[in-house]
Amino acid sequence: MLQIEELRVEVGGKEILKNVNMEVPEGETHILFGPNGSGKTTLMMTIMGFSGYEVTHGKITFKGEDITHQPIHERARLGIGVSFQRPPTINGLKTRNIVEICAMDQPVDVETLADQLDFSEFLDRDVNHNFSGGEIKRSELLQLMAQRPDLTLLDEPESGVDLESILLVGDTINSLLNKGTKYFPRGRTHKTDRVKSALVITHTGHILDYITADKGQVLYDGVLCCSRNAREILKWIREYGYEECIRCSTN
Amino acid sequence: MLNELDVNPQDFESDAADHCYLDDLSQVDETDAEQFLNVGVDTGADGRGGTFIQKDRSVVHCKSCQDGIEMMSISQAAETHGWLGEYLWKNVSPDTDKFTSRAREKPHEGYFIRALPGAKCEHPLQSCLYISKDHFSQHVHNLVIAEEGSELHIITGCATSPHLVSGLHVGVSEFYIKKGARLTFTMIHDWGEKVFVRPRTVTRVEEGGVIVSNYISLKPVGSLQMFPTTHLMGKDAVARFNSVLVASEGSHLDVGSRVILNAPGARAEIISRGITLGGTIIARGNLIGKVAGVKAHLECKGLILNDGLMQAIPELSGHVPGVEMSHEAAVGKIDQREIEYLMARGLDEDEAVSTIVRGFLNVDIEGLPANLQKRLDKAVSETQKDMM
Ligand SMILES: Nc1ncnc2c1ncn2[C@@H]1O[C@H](COP(=O)(O)OP(=O)(O)OP(=O)(O)O)[C@@H](O)[C@H]1O
Ligand SMILES: [Mg+2]
Repeated sequence: MLQIEELRVEVGGKEILKNVNMEVPEGETHILFGPNGSGKTTLMMTIMGFSGYEVTHGKITFKGEDITHQPIHERARLGIGVSFQRPPTINGLKTRNIVEICAMDQPVDVETLADQLDFSEFLDRDVNHNFSGGEIKRSELLQLMAQRPDLTLLDEPESGVDLESILLVGDTINSLLNKGTKYFPRGRTHKTDRVKSALVITHTGHILDYITADKGQVLYDGVLCCSRNAREILKWIREYGYEECIRCSTN
Repeated sequence: MLNELDVNPQDFESDAADHCYLDDLSQVDETDAEQFLNVGVDTGADGRGGTFIQKDRSVVHCKSCQDGIEMMSISQAAETHGWLGEYLWKNVSPDTDKFTSRAREKPHEGYFIRALPGAKCEHPLQSCLYISKDHFSQHVHNLVIAEEGSELHIITGCATSPHLVSGLHVGVSEFYIKKGARLTFTMIHDWGEKVFVRPRTVTRVEEGGVIVSNYISLKPVGSLQMFPTTHLMGKDAVARFNSVLVASEGSHLDVGSRVILNAPGARAEIISRGITLGGTIIARGNLIGKVAGVKAHLECKGLILNDGLMQAIPELSGHVPGVEMSHEAAVGKIDQREIEYLMARGLDEDEAVSTIVRGFLNVDIEGLPANLQKRLDKAVSETQKDMM
């Protein structure tokens, strides 16, 4: 589904990603760990094609197509969707309307989706305007629910979300990925849909209690340096910290 | 440039042929009706509580359909009400400038609207000031009185005939809002590229009275200069001014509002949104707090798309301790992060920009009838097409 080869990325003239090789096959969910400032968000923004993230070397392929230099909206239309860590406020644009935009001309029942995310009362508020941390997460997920991407990029979906709402976030992600869920988006049954791919950034790993991950990876100083079971990585990081995690993987 | 800003009433013709009075709105000429509709004046008159239409210097229709609401031409009002002189030229002095003095010298009607004490206008009243004669300078004098405890809702549209080359519009408006009364006043302008517009409006609000004023100008205009002043005279009086301005190339808009807060508990809010597509916008706002216990806020936001000049001039003056006044002004271009955010949701760049612009101009305008809101949305979309 997604393939990244020898990716080097500069932000503001500084090299942040130094040589990233990564593959997310169809139907798999990968978890991305890494200390603050290691370049996780940079990687997502680069996959989506945001300006300011300059690819100086390497290639990104999605569904067999080289998207390294494609405009953002074409990547979105090809089936990549992102939940942002810090999305901008758009004054005067109602959340309801951005959800409709996300559906890209497919019919969408905004009310029902919002209801599932317990977000109905926000539909008539301006996009992200004065949203709390947890509200931003729900707003982002709601948009993704309307978008139904084949590859979902989630930047810390559980950070700032209270304990009760994490279950909701987990359920929604499963629904997005067509993994066993109680939701039947747009009236389709998940059984007939193929499982979708995801790349999820997490620090706490709380989200792992709700979604099944196929693989975990650690980004450290602009390089992916470990690739194994996500829970094992989490355990290592918890017990020994990133330093040790890196030492182990370089041995 | 200078001649566009330095307009002289003497350079225009102050006389025009009479247009005949129409008893029924269905008699309005089709092209005119379409122009009226663009500025919110509906000759189908669905759900409107009264209509006043003036073409050049002739009042061609005037009728109120609601009890307790008077609607007449200003000359008729002078005949009807012996006391009119207590109001005329009391808020606005004729020697304010050359435009007001011209309006005094060569008056061309204007409307008189009054809500009797306690009367509540259920459906908005509409008034249309229209210029059809080329090179005409139209001088109207409008008077609105909301008596104690009454509610008035007025939609005023100003337009010109489609083929008009040039013209001048001078509008002297005096609004009196008595104790506990409320006026919602929405003005929509669609002048022409060589039309010069000089409204002169002063409002006086008594205790507990409210004025909500919305001003919308999305279409090209030669130059527009106005700085309506509101005096909040009574305790807890409220003024809210919203303006939505688009300046295409060649248009010069110098628009602001001034509110003077003279009594404790008075509140004011001025919100302005401007977009320049090659034209000039000077967005002014002036709040003057004269006594303690007043509260006022000024918000002035401008976007420059392509080219043009966008100047925000917010002014606050407090004359005593205990006034609470603030302002927020921002001028710039659309934030790239917002564009890209929407692109990540599948919109191409142009669509993303239009969506943001539409949002930017989407000031919540109180009390607009649904069909008028739809027309405005459409006009905003058309503006964007011009822009692309
Ligand atoms: N616009 C920018 N200009 C300069 N440096 C930047 C810019 N954006 C990001 N960086 C730097 O790039 C590095 C990687 O940032 P990034 O946001 O990708 O980290 P992250 O792994 O997502 O961190 P966190 O876990 O804190 O979210 C950081 O050192 C950051 O300061
Ligand atoms: Mg990050």
